[in-house]
Parts: sequence; structure tokens; C-alpha cells
Amino acid sequence: MPSKFYASCNKNICVSCGACAVECPRGAIEIWKGCYAVIDKNICVGCGLCKRICPANCIEFLNRETEEN
Amino acid sequence: MSVKKNNFFSYLWLWPIIYFALGFFNILFAWLGMFDVMLPILFALIGGNKFFCNHMCGRGMLFTVITKKFKISSGKPAPKFFSSKYFRYGFLIFFMAMFTSILIQTYFVYSGTANLKEFIKILWAFNIPFSLNLSMPSQIPAWIIQFSYGFYSLMLSSTIIGLIVMALYRPRTWCTFCPMGSMTQAICKIKNHQPL
Ligand code: SF4
Ligand code: SF4
Ligand code: SF4
Repeated sequence: MPSKFYASCNKNICVSCGACAVECPRGAIEIWKGCYAVIDKNICVGCGLCKRICPANCIEFLNRETEEN
Repeated sequence: MSVKKNNFFSYLWLWPIIYFALGFFNILFAWLGMFDVMLPILFALIGGNKFFCNHMCGRGMLFTVITKKFKISSGKPAPKFFSSKYFRYGFLIFFMAMFTSILIQTYFVYSGTANLKEFIKILWAFNIPFSLNLSMPSQIPAWIIQFSYGFYSLMLSSTIIGLIVMALYRPRTWCTFCPMGSMTQAICKIKNHQPL
């Protein structure tokens, strides 16, 4: 069952350092063309490791249900 | 990005340590730091990516390794302004100005207008006399040595700032305003038609 929450990156603040991608145990994060992190919500399990490491504090959690409905 | 793997790149955190150690024994090794400047720019200009920051940067990895091993990072989020555009581009401009002053100093020594100054300047304020270069071959031109001192100082100062913000906030806080990171992200954004 997918997690209730998934991580999402605010691309206006992201510095594209890649710290989150290294940390993600699922490999759900890609740094899109050096510009910002893109998180695949279908792979993300909402563990929060990326949010804890992000130096720019630009990762937030979104609720799958409220986001999708 | 694939799930964590152990490869050659994952040992690159040793690079900054090797770099500073080599420079300590012979300042000419400071020139090797040009890899840390040229590689990220080449990746950004040619590939339009931050492969260097994302996979190869020894400094970024070192901050992570130190934090995991010694738990000296508070883990608190850094003040928002660190990742604000004004601060990031402002710091980039400051850094470029410092680099330019190294180049000018090097030129003065090259042209004979100034004498070689053998000291390491830490955080642009403290001069530490430093001529441990016992093995310096005498035929090396003075300007090459002058650039080494300037560049080693710049690398050391920025690493010290990085270590301080690592301890105060999150391990890779330096990356939010690292001049190489800001510059290469800006190049990638321009290349890929994204707003700066
Ligand atoms: S919350 Fe966990 S699984 Fe999801 S992107 Fe972040 S680190 Fe990966
Ligand atoms: S750790 Fe934060 S700033 Fe760095 S790439 Fe990931 S989301 Fe962006
Ligand atoms: S932002 Fe600077 S310190 Fe961080 S990974 Fe990139 S080059 Fe290295």
C-alpha cells in the first residue's frame, strides 16, 4: 500500500545539490538537468530522509489523497 | 539516480583531505584544486547538468561522512536566506572577486611589480606565514607559487566556512551557497530554459 504522504521539492528554492538523491533509499529522486530535484511520487514511500538532509529545507510532504482527489 | 552504490566516486570524500595534506607539504599541489573548479563548469557547460555536485564532489561528501561518523551536525535547518537568490549570487560575486584578486596578485608577481608573498590567508583576514616548501624546485617561476598560495587559501577558507555551517546546521549547508554550486546551477538553468 502506498504511503499517505509523499515528498515534493520546491524547485524555486532547491539548489540541486543532490544530497536528497544520495539519501533516498528508494532511488526516487533525480536532479533534473542540474536545475532541481524531481521526486517520483510513485516510488516515494514517505520515509522523510530526504527532507531531513536537504540543506535548503525545500522538501515538503503532500497528502496523496488530498492532492489527487 | 539509482539506489546507493559503492563505486570509485563514493571514496572521493578523501580527496579534500589528500588535497590539503599535499598542499601542506608542497604548496604547488594547490593547483590540483583547479579540477574542482573546471570539472563542474565543464559538466554544466557541455552536459547541462550538475554531475559533479551530484556524484563527484569530494567536499560535499566529506561533510556528509564527517556528520555520519562524528555526529557533529546539529541537523537544524539553516536560515532561509542561505538559499535565497540574493545571498547565493551575492556570495558567488564575492568569491569571483576574491579569485580575481588572486589572479591580479599572480600577474603582479609575474610582471615583477610585486614580490612573492609566502603566506596562507585564512578567511580573507588572517595571514599565516607558510613556507614549509622544503622540496620546492628553484626553477619554478614565482607567479606559479603565488597563485598556489592564493588558491590554497581560498580552498581552505571555503572549507572552514563549510565545516562551520555543517556543524551549526545540516551537513551540506555549504552547498546552498557554494559558488561552484550556484554557478553551475545557473548555467544549467539558462541552458535548459528555466527561470534563474
Ligand atoms: S521521502 Fe523517502 S522515499 Fe520519498 S523521496 Fe524522500 S527519501 Fe525517497
Ligand atoms: S537536498 Fe534539497 S536542495 Fe539539494 S537537491 Fe535535494 S531538494 Fe534540492
Ligand atoms: S555545491 Fe559545492 S560543495 Fe556542494 S557538491 Fe557542489 S561543488 Fe561540491
